[in-house]
Amino acid sequence: MKLFKVCAVMVAAAVIATAGVAVAGTLQEVWSRGVLIAGVNGAVFGFSMPDKKGVWKGLDVDTAKAIAAGVFGNANKVRFTALTGVQRLPALQSKEIDVLCRNTTQTLTRTTVNGLNFAHVNFYDGQGFLVPKKLGVKSAKELEGATVCVLPGTTTEMNAADFFRKNRMQWKPLVIEQTAELSKAFFAGRCDCLTSDASQLAAHRSVALNPDDYVLLPEIISKEPLCPVVRHGDDQWYDIVNWTVMALIQAEEFDITSKNVDSMLRSNDPAIQRFLGVTPGMGKALGLDDKWAYNIIKQVGNYGEIFERNVGPNTPLALERGLNDLWTRGGLMYSAAFR
Amino acid sequence: MPERLREKIGATRGYDRFMENTLPGSIPFWLDPKKRAIMFQIAVLAMVGLLAYYLVSNTLLNLKKQSIATGFTFFQKESSFEIGESLIPYSAANSYGRALVVGALNTLKVAFIGVVFTIILGAILGVARLSSNWLVSKLAAIYIEVMQDIPVLLQLFFWYAIFYETLPFPRQALCPMNGVYLCNRGVAFAVPESHPAYKHMVLALLVGCGVVYLLRRWARERQEKTGKIFPVFSVSIGIVMGLPAITWLAFGAPMNMDIPKLAGFNFEGGITVSPEFIALLLGLVLYTAAFVAEVVRAGIQSVSKGQREAAMSIGLRPPLVLNLVVLPQALRVIIPPLTSQMLNLTKNSSLAVAIGYPDFVSVANTTINQTGQAIEGVALIMAVYLIFSLSTSAFMNWYNKRVVLVER
Repeated sequence: MKLFKVCAVMVAAAVIATAGVAVAGTLQEVWSRGVLIAGVNGAVFGFSMPDKKGVWKGLDVDTAKAIAAGVFGNANKVRFTALTGVQRLPALQSKEIDVLCRNTTQTLTRTTVNGLNFAHVNFYDGQGFLVPKKLGVKSAKELEGATVCVLPGTTTEMNAADFFRKNRMQWKPLVIEQTAELSKAFFAGRCDCLTSDASQLAAHRSVALNPDDYVLLPEIISKEPLCPVVRHGDDQWYDIVNWTVMALIQAEEFDITSKNVDSMLRSNDPAIQRFLGVTPGMGKALGLDDKWAYNIIKQVGNYGEIFERNVGPNTPLALERGLNDLWTRGGLMYSAAFR
Repeated sequence: MPERLREKIGATRGYDRFMENTLPGSIPFWLDPKKRAIMFQIAVLAMVGLLAYYLVSNTLLNLKKQSIATGFTFFQKESSFEIGESLIPYSAANSYGRALVVGALNTLKVAFIGVVFTIILGAILGVARLSSNWLVSKLAAIYIEVMQDIPVLLQLFFWYAIFYETLPFPRQALCPMNGVYLCNRGVAFAVPESHPAYKHMVLALLVGCGVVYLLRRWARERQEKTGKIFPVFSVSIGIVMGLPAITWLAFGAPMNMDIPKLAGFNFEGGITVSPEFIALLLGLVLYTAAFVAEVVRAGIQSVSKGQREAAMSIGLRPPLVLNLVVLPQALRVIIPPLTSQMLNLTKNSSLAVAIGYPDFVSVANTTINQTGQAIEGVALIMAVYLIFSLSTSAFMNWYNKRVVLVER
């Protein structure tokens, strides 16, 4: 596994070293290839994971499908590449993938030092702590001296270290690269608590032998705006990815769903007519078909549908909308104007 | 002087000069195979250099175009991540450079201890494999065959799982003997409380080693002169053990122990060895020892039976036969493949990431994660393992030169 990863990074380095630099044109490349290549996590239930039949499911997966629906008019023209935390940025930088939908937090360093562009947030998350109930801990501030299982990820280890430093507490991190192995170690009691983004913790708890034995502590110690990511230097492609996420949000605000989108084509609302391409112009401006938003909503659904389907209250993850609700209902999901 | 004569002399001089240049000592350089070979070497080197320059400069250029940071300036930046175990003081407030040193030391720790145990276990197994006792020999054979055939990564998972699945939580820790606790957080055991006596005991040990070295020389010289054998081994043991013991008594025999106590989530005091370290060490040692056992067996079998019989026939006792005749000849067969097994163990220690031991690869991975500078990170990983391997090889080659058979 390690060897494979080192190889992947090496290949990435070699590709960066030899390939000429992109002179824009990711959209043309995707079109001529006939399929969108999206980097995903592959091991987080609810966000990106193949189901029993090998069909990719999840919120990040649906985001990538929405991009494909906008670009090709066919949401299934996506090829998913599972990437670890270490592989993901080099894979994107070296053009192995067109877009990264892998619960990646937008940070200043990544935007600048790593040369990446972050599209609109598709999930507002925050880092939390999962502990066994029998530990009797009510707050993360009681974790003095604890051994903490850490899912390696750029920000996770740093956030945890910051939290314990700020509260002057001793702790011992245990960093295991493979999510499944770490999960096993935690459930077997090798560490007192598991820390990661709250959504991922919920996913972990849902696969425990007895999910009710574990509880999320109230502290959320970080802001984790998770976004689809593209490379610097291709503004058109960035616009497409960015406005695809916004289209999902805007559609929910318009109450356009995959079920009623056809009847919505006959809406009298000029804003909806522009949005769905009845009045042409929006798609052309992006370099896509004017029906792009219609295709996205028809084939994938709006943001609310995606959320309910993958991580909502009726799924094993049972997450509330919370911050991920529309701004009109007290959440943070707010799309820029489709004009 | 007539014109024609002058021409003739000039021509003769030119001819002489030509003859001088074509003397055997001064062949034109393109016809001299030695010089030509050097030229080819330089040309190839220049090509390799140019290729490297092209790759590096092109990478840098492309990275710059994609506005990705390069270089090793991140060394000085604050790492802001913790490391589970460290040989030197380290906290999240230290730099990336120090974090990487911590990782490298952790790798060295497991590699060094691993190599020592592997050689001991491998030697025992190799000898057991040759034992005339049927049961011992077959058990060793089964061990070697089984361990060689199971991938080391699986063995690591196995030992790690045994630790966290079977051992109890700290609060119900097993206590096989006073001051030793076994739980799923590792093995905690008591160590003597720090006392000035221990520093002096280490000094006494070093002095003892020096004395033993001199004693051995003296004993050899005396034996060569007079033929009298001095019991070097038992006297050496006495000196090496005795000097520190006397020092300890002189300081009033400090007996206080730092005993691990359950505090909060974990044991405090004493020394705790983590399950990750133990699992990694066990996996590497048990796996590599199987290969070393085969190397040792091959070495011993390479010494022909006649050598042993000849040694016996001149009246040497079995320990001397082993020490003076068999081992010196076996070692020269054993050392080269043993070196390669030591290198294997060191390199395999990078599998530590799979079970969460913070070795160099693990720390470098986190560094890559946080800085996003994958090329520098992977280059560092390669450089560090290269340095470890080359220094191991250099040391073993030096040792090999010493034991190699001197042809007469």
